[in-house]
Amino acid sequence: MATTEVERRRGQLASLSIAAVVIIVGVPLWWRTTETYRAWLPVSQINELANLQLQLSADVEVVFARGTVMPEQQKKVPLTKTQDEEHTVDEDTALRYRYETKYRTANIMEEDALNQPSAADADLSLHTLSESSCGSLVVYVIPESSSLLPEDVDVYIGQRRTALLRNGAQMRVGRTIEQLLAHLEPRIRQVLKVMSFSHTDITAALSGRVRLSPGNKESIADSMRAFKSSPGYEITFSLLNPDPKSHRLHWDIEGAVQTYIQPLLTKLSPVANFSIDSQTLYYAMLGVNPRFDSSRNAYTLNSDSLAHVINPVEARLGSNAASSNPVLNFLLYAPDAQHSPLYIQDRQKQKVPSNAFHSPRWGGIMVYNVNSFYGPEAVFPVDINIDMAKVMGVFLAQLRLLLGVQSSNTPPGFLVAPCSSTGLADWELDRLMWSRSVENVATAATTITSLAQLLDQIGNIVINDNIAEQVSSAVTSLQLAVAELEAGNLGFALQYSKEAILASERAFFDPSLLHLLYFPDDQKFAIYIPLFLPMCVPILLSLLKIISDARQRRKERQAKKD
Amino acid sequence: MAAHSCSYSALLLIICTATEAAGKTSEQPAVEERSWEATEVEEATLHEAAADKRDTPAPETEAPSPIPQPKDDFQEELVIRPLHSGDIYASFQFRTLWETDFMSGNKVSHYRLFPKSLGQVISKFSVRELHISFTQGYWRTMQWGQPFQPAPPGAELWVWFQDSVTDVDGTWKELTNVLSGIFCASLNFIDSTNTVQPSASFKPLGIGNVTDHRFLRYATLPREIVCTENLTPWKKLLPCGSKAGLTVLLKSEKLFHSSFHSQAVHIRPVCQDWQCKTTSWELRQTLNVVFDLHTSGQGKREWSLFKMFSRTLTEACPLASSSKIYIDITDDPQGELFELSPATPLLSQAMVLGDRRTFSVYDLTQPVTFGTVRSLNLLIRWKSSEGDMLRPLLHAERYVAGYGLQTGEIHTLMYNNHPYRSFPVLLLDTVPWYLRLYIHTLTVTSKGKDNKPSYIHYQPSKDRLRPHLLEMLVQLPPNSVTEVTVEFERALLKWTEYTPDPNHGFYVGSSVISSLVPSIVAMDTNITMDRPLFSSFFPCKEESSFFVRVYTEPLLVNLPTPDFSMPYNVICLTCTVVAVGYGSLYNLLTRSFQIEEPSPGLAKRLANIIRKMRGVPPL
Repeated sequence: MATTEVERRRGQLASLSIAAVVIIVGVPLWWRTTETYRAWLPVSQINELANLQLQLSADVEVVFARGTVMPEQQKKVPLTKTQDEEHTVDEDTALRYRYETKYRTANIMEEDALNQPSAADADLSLHTLSESSCGSLVVYVIPESSSLLPEDVDVYIGQRRTALLRNGAQMRVGRTIEQLLAHLEPRIRQVLKVMSFSHTDITAALSGRVRLSPGNKESIADSMRAFKSSPGYEITFSLLNPDPKSHRLHWDIEGAVQTYIQPLLTKLSPVANFSIDSQTLYYAMLGVNPRFDSSRNAYTLNSDSLAHVINPVEARLGSNAASSNPVLNFLLYAPDAQHSPLYIQDRQKQKVPSNAFHSPRWGGIMVYNVNSFYGPEAVFPVDINIDMAKVMGVFLAQLRLLLGVQSSNTPPGFLVAPCSSTGLADWELDRLMWSRSVENVATAATTITSLAQLLDQIGNIVINDNIAEQVSSAVTSLQLAVAELEAGNLGFALQYSKEAILASERAFFDPSLLHLLYFPDDQKFAIYIPLFLPMCVPILLSLLKIISDARQRRKERQAKKD
Repeated sequence: MAAHSCSYSALLLIICTATEAAGKTSEQPAVEERSWEATEVEEATLHEAAADKRDTPAPETEAPSPIPQPKDDFQEELVIRPLHSGDIYASFQFRTLWETDFMSGNKVSHYRLFPKSLGQVISKFSVRELHISFTQGYWRTMQWGQPFQPAPPGAELWVWFQDSVTDVDGTWKELTNVLSGIFCASLNFIDSTNTVQPSASFKPLGIGNVTDHRFLRYATLPREIVCTENLTPWKKLLPCGSKAGLTVLLKSEKLFHSSFHSQAVHIRPVCQDWQCKTTSWELRQTLNVVFDLHTSGQGKREWSLFKMFSRTLTEACPLASSSKIYIDITDDPQGELFELSPATPLLSQAMVLGDRRTFSVYDLTQPVTFGTVRSLNLLIRWKSSEGDMLRPLLHAERYVAGYGLQTGEIHTLMYNNHPYRSFPVLLLDTVPWYLRLYIHTLTVTSKGKDNKPSYIHYQPSKDRLRPHLLEMLVQLPPNSVTEVTVEFERALLKWTEYTPDPNHGFYVGSSVISSLVPSIVAMDTNITMDRPLFSSFFPCKEESSFFVRVYTEPLLVNLPTPDFSMPYNVICLTCTVVAVGYGSLYNLLTRSFQIEEPSPGLAKRLANIIRKMRGVPPL
């Protein structure tokens, strides 16, 4: 009896120790050798970013010229005033606009500048006096009697970051400073909407993140037209010559790019990098046969059929082999001799004066009729020099639209200065930078949060150190961008937001994330079961037996005690 | 970097955006007009001269400025050579010359005749020379003679980079990915395991004095299948597309119904004039095709353009400065072997492949070529099928010998058919790492005697990293066969390294034999003289010899192939063995042993049961 008891105890000890070895050594060993490497990610910070609270701050300086405030009122002019405007876009996104307004009276030099004969001159000399920083604005309040502005114009928006505001007639005398400011307030806000960010622009920039409420069709169309924010763009000019037998076309694209396009792109260089190239495509046909209109003695393309025009051409345009940035295509189409002249017709059967159209997020096409360059007795092929000024005027306008430099609808009474030599006013650039920064921040935040979500959901994915590094740098840049937007440093905000978007895209599209993505669990278990099942069943059984033995013995002991 | 694929989803996208555009323009004409006006104002202020010019009525604007002389030039050419076997060989060449400099600081970005996609590749990757070929079928040198542009079966790519490139391997990897997008081919499978740097066989064909082979990369993909999807992007590179000139003949349904099809793109810098003060870039696109007498020609010895290509010619490409068709009539000077219609008075002689050949020339830029029917359909009709071809001076073949799946032997035979001259050849062999060459078994024998190579460059392979590279300079005695043999052992691959059809076998790329073959006639060494394109591809440095490159057949080698359900079987089997061993050990360790009464026998038990039923005490 004693020997069997000893034997049984030895058996129990042996199975316990084997179970202990399996649990202490085997399971951790298996765990360590089969686990995927997952580097640490700043999850809490990413979760904070998922709830995007953006604050945009703009500095506004309001300068009162002589004759707008009484001397005794001058002392009462408050120095600064901060106004906040909050919008909740959806449950995860909230916007807050902060306008920090500074009030002061004009100094002598500014008074001199404001006494210039025309508004354009005043604008120029005010600009030389002080350089306002990127994203800030100066509004000069001029007396009602000032001759700077034409009769029916109340507000003049210059080429830089200044605006002239005519003081209303009813505000001439005998009003308190509070009344004056209260009167100016909404008008300054209007100026700001035109020259700096407006709520529609910013929500349009957030369209990648927030589903826009349907209904406002126009603003959706506006936001769809411009290209998405990208660190670089390729601009390709293509000359389509469907009939090289009759027309030998020459275009001085190199010179035209230098004169017309390059200044604009230099100005836009803080927003993105641009590269330009051009090509000539022969025998490139449009996808639609134009119809002959005998009343005009010309061929016409209906606006309904424009949609099908570019398809066959597109196949020959070719993508840029050397980069993956989005391409803006500008096509100049010289119709063949048999189908000239060719005009584009709008819905009302009217000739479109520019003979050009554009396609959102793709580019523009211009039809350039060359049949007037030669008479009926001309000997083919005819050499034709293309008038690049005419062509580039159209392409430049299309380029501005496609890049999102909107000329937003100005309220009545506003006069906008004509474009400068660069084709882009400073405040237009600021507007673009505001919306681009917000768009970049929103896109990068969405990318990073969805990456974190994906990694959280699929445990198989290996997270290498370089991905963790990219994610952390994206998060840091995002935080910096948000902080700079809050502080009103527009230039830095855009810079950081670009870095954030680059790092987040690099992390998201890293090929190493794909390796073990689809390794299903059931196959893994099919491989483990032949080993695990025969090992674990005896251990479990003997453990169960030990437990039941122990329980029985305790029962016996209890019975004995009783 | 993601390879650019020829996806057509982009097209779909365009359809959508275009629809958008149409809607847009018509909906808001006012907005757009206003913005265009705005830009016009800007022009007027900035460029008064331009604005003034614009103000004048349109018809006069073209008058004042002179038409600039284009700096690029395009030529097209078709050579047709009737072969003795009754087959017919057609070779297209399209050459674009562009006087520009891709490598200087200012970026070249305005393209006219030169294709933009290739120009961007050259400037982005600092390419000095690029040669790429796609071939379907094997060129039978013994039946057809030498081709104008030799190419191995499958895809071949070799590139010389500028010496300013620091990371050549990285650039090469990116370049192959981009090219695979441009040509819709599997060039992205080129990696370090099939790339070599030949030290002597591939010298630059253009100008330039850098011959440091660190900047050269050479790779072949013998498995590559060439078809329409490669032809379409190739045709897109031509200025006239497939709309005018000789290119209308390039219809894939006929081109791929042939015994041999090879298309290539060669880019290199060449001299502009004999002084070589300015360089231009030359893009040569070639397409060679051999139509079979029996499958394409229905067994009749009669060929026409229509029969070959199912098209006739009606015009030259209007952009081409020269557009010609050459018919090789060297074997038939008096017209007794075959007849040509329409006949042409133009004859031309050219030195090609060490021989003086005579050609009938049809100039497509002359309207008289097309006659009264406005269409040219060349007809070649044989009168007799006599005559014999001269054996080509140099040709080569290769095969694998040996049995079993462990070892084997590669035999390369090189034939020198010259009656009295011996000449040296350079043999380049690239063998994948999974055939382990035993280089000590390398033997070179000619006429039964050992023929010691005067130069051997051997780079051993590294498993999964790089292939074997063997280059030798061998002197071939006159009228002889030289045999190069080397033994190899087949390696075992990891189970993920097998191709989807492993029992098909593994390809070993063609050997390349490059040589200066002694010529019968004096060759032309003036590189800038106006010559037909087909005779000016390989630069000729000596009058007495000409350059030939010969490719052997690719090899197909079987490797030991496992059963691919094996890994799971192995796992199951090992687990079972482990489980059985573990189970008995466990049993032994945990079972408690006790002496048990031996159980009563069966008869006794039965008796007991019966006794129990009867109510009698058991035994």
